[in-house]
Amino acid sequence: MFLKINDCINNQIKWLILSFAILSIGLFAACGSDDDDSVAAPSDEKLSGTIEIDGSSTVFPVTVAVAEEFRVSNPEVQIPIGMSGSGGGFKRFVVGETDISNASRFIKLAEVEKANSNGIELMELNVAWDGLSVVVSKSNDFVDCLTTEELKSIWDEGSTLDNWSQVREGFPDKPLRLYGPGTDSGTFDYFTDEINGEEKRSRADYTASEDDNTLVQGVSGDPGALGYFGYAYYIENKESLKIVSVDSGSGCVEPSETTIEDGTYSPLSRKLLIYVKISSLQKPEVKAFLEFYMDHGGELANEVGYVALSDAEYSAQKAMISNPVNYVHPSK
Amino acid sequence: MLTTKKTNSKKTRQIKETFFLYLFLSSVVIGILALAVLLIDVLIDGLPYLNWDFLTKYASRKPLNSGILAPLAGTVWVVLLTAIFTVPVGIATAIYLEEFAKKGRFIRLIELNISNLAGVPSVIYGLLGLAVFVQFLFDGSRNLISGALTLTLLILPIVIIASQEAIKAVPSSFKDAGYAMGATRWQVVKKVVLPQAIPGMMSGIILALSRAIGEAAPILMISSLVWVTFVPTTPNSKFTVLPLQIYTWVSQPQEDFRSIAAAGIIVLLVILLIMNSIAVKIRNKYQQRSEQ
Repeated sequence: MFLKINDCINNQIKWLILSFAILSIGLFAACGSDDDDSVAAPSDEKLSGTIEIDGSSTVFPVTVAVAEEFRVSNPEVQIPIGMSGSGGGFKRFVVGETDISNASRFIKLAEVEKANSNGIELMELNVAWDGLSVVVSKSNDFVDCLTTEELKSIWDEGSTLDNWSQVREGFPDKPLRLYGPGTDSGTFDYFTDEINGEEKRSRADYTASEDDNTLVQGVSGDPGALGYFGYAYYIENKESLKIVSVDSGSGCVEPSETTIEDGTYSPLSRKLLIYVKISSLQKPEVKAFLEFYMDHGGELANEVGYVALSDAEYSAQKAMISNPVNYVHPSK
Repeated sequence: MLTTKKTNSKKTRQIKETFFLYLFLSSVVIGILALAVLLIDVLIDGLPYLNWDFLTKYASRKPLNSGILAPLAGTVWVVLLTAIFTVPVGIATAIYLEEFAKKGRFIRLIELNISNLAGVPSVIYGLLGLAVFVQFLFDGSRNLISGALTLTLLILPIVIIASQEAIKAVPSSFKDAGYAMGATRWQVVKKVVLPQAIPGMMSGIILALSRAIGEAAPILMISSLVWVTFVPTTPNSKFTVLPLQIYTWVSQPQEDFRSIAAAGIIVLLVILLIMNSIAVKIRNKYQQRSEQ
């Protein structure tokens, strides 16, 4: 019986396999003919070529703004940008798929080692400040400030708090509903590290989304809601959200340009980063793009809702671009 | 006694009749209302932003400067390539299964699997495409061909099933006439079956392609690019597509981007509408011809 079926397969499928083989040969030939010509010959005047970027959705608006302005004077340079999250971006960066990786957290030792083992040297650049913002609905009239301990009691792994009255004595008896970023997000990594003491240590029974607008809408429509995300999303949705000050032991501090930049909004202010493949710096368009980033990244970061670094910091980093040094992870 | 029972049952039958009439009617109304609300909402949001500039400009961080050129071109490229890959393989498979294969357990198994594949979630095909096409076949290059091949896998089962139906609809008397003249199977397929079945196949293929146009999930895995400021020039180019661009705009912090996304949705809907009406046109033409 089985032999019979096999015979049948052999006779009739032989032709199928043959035609598939012919098809795939045709395909390979088609692709072989147009090779990637992204590395154009460097010319004195006009820059061209491709700069490939992926990574954090938090840094995405800043890099897009810089890329857009850069292309005004260098329209021949193509800059495709992805938004796969800090971790997703590093996955592509360490195998050499991208020139630059946006990140809202520091690169991990394992990621550096993977890059190095693939022959990729990298450098780190800071591009702006972000104040991770804790928010409640505009209709919430009892929360103005939360301490880091209270935040931890809410968000820590195994926490079962589901009512505001459990968070602090005196808070009303209202259901507590939580909104936060998903696990591939650098924002999630940073918040859990600072508040719960360990990266990715968090309760899991909250509404998680990689799309921050989902969080904004969830929190703004729910008087019992609490959520956290990047400062830019708060700035753009001020009229429907209420910002919560954070007290880490020295009084309540509300995130603002001043408190984020001078570091008093602690521990939730963080630097937004980009990581650069050093060998890509030999492409003049990449070098020019990064220098442009350091010249104009500050004002553009302000424009999209983040906080610029000091001018001195940008110019110091700009000098580093000409003499790149391979990044060494602090734990080494 | 008997007559009263009769009138009773007539009454209840009438009541049942009206009850079911309104039940079914209200089901139709629910569907149409949902569609109307969706369309009106999108049109109100998006129409003010829809103009020639929007169609010819690239994406921007400023909502009002944003355009849809790159994803529009990407979508056209992807659909054309997908059609080139899908049509020959899909039709050939259908012809083999219907006309050449000996109907047996093995063929039934293949057909069962094809129907099952038609129901696999699209994101699974995205993962498959990422592993097989992007990483294995093209060495990490996220190009149009890998995107089109992934969508080909996604819609191939639908195309095969639609083509099989079209072939089945060809009256067997036509084929028998061909065989009676001493024609071979291939001659019958070429001269009798295909001319009759191609219109039916075409409308199935166009409907399948419009499904491919609307897919964001598999392309997100393959392209992973959401901000593109160039039009793809070769099948080896990097690219983005309309659903992906809409998805990105919706997730931006600025409120205006949601209106821009609505304008993008209108563009996508218009393309789908055009493709579907072409499919309907072909089908009507085919019906008229076979009635003659």
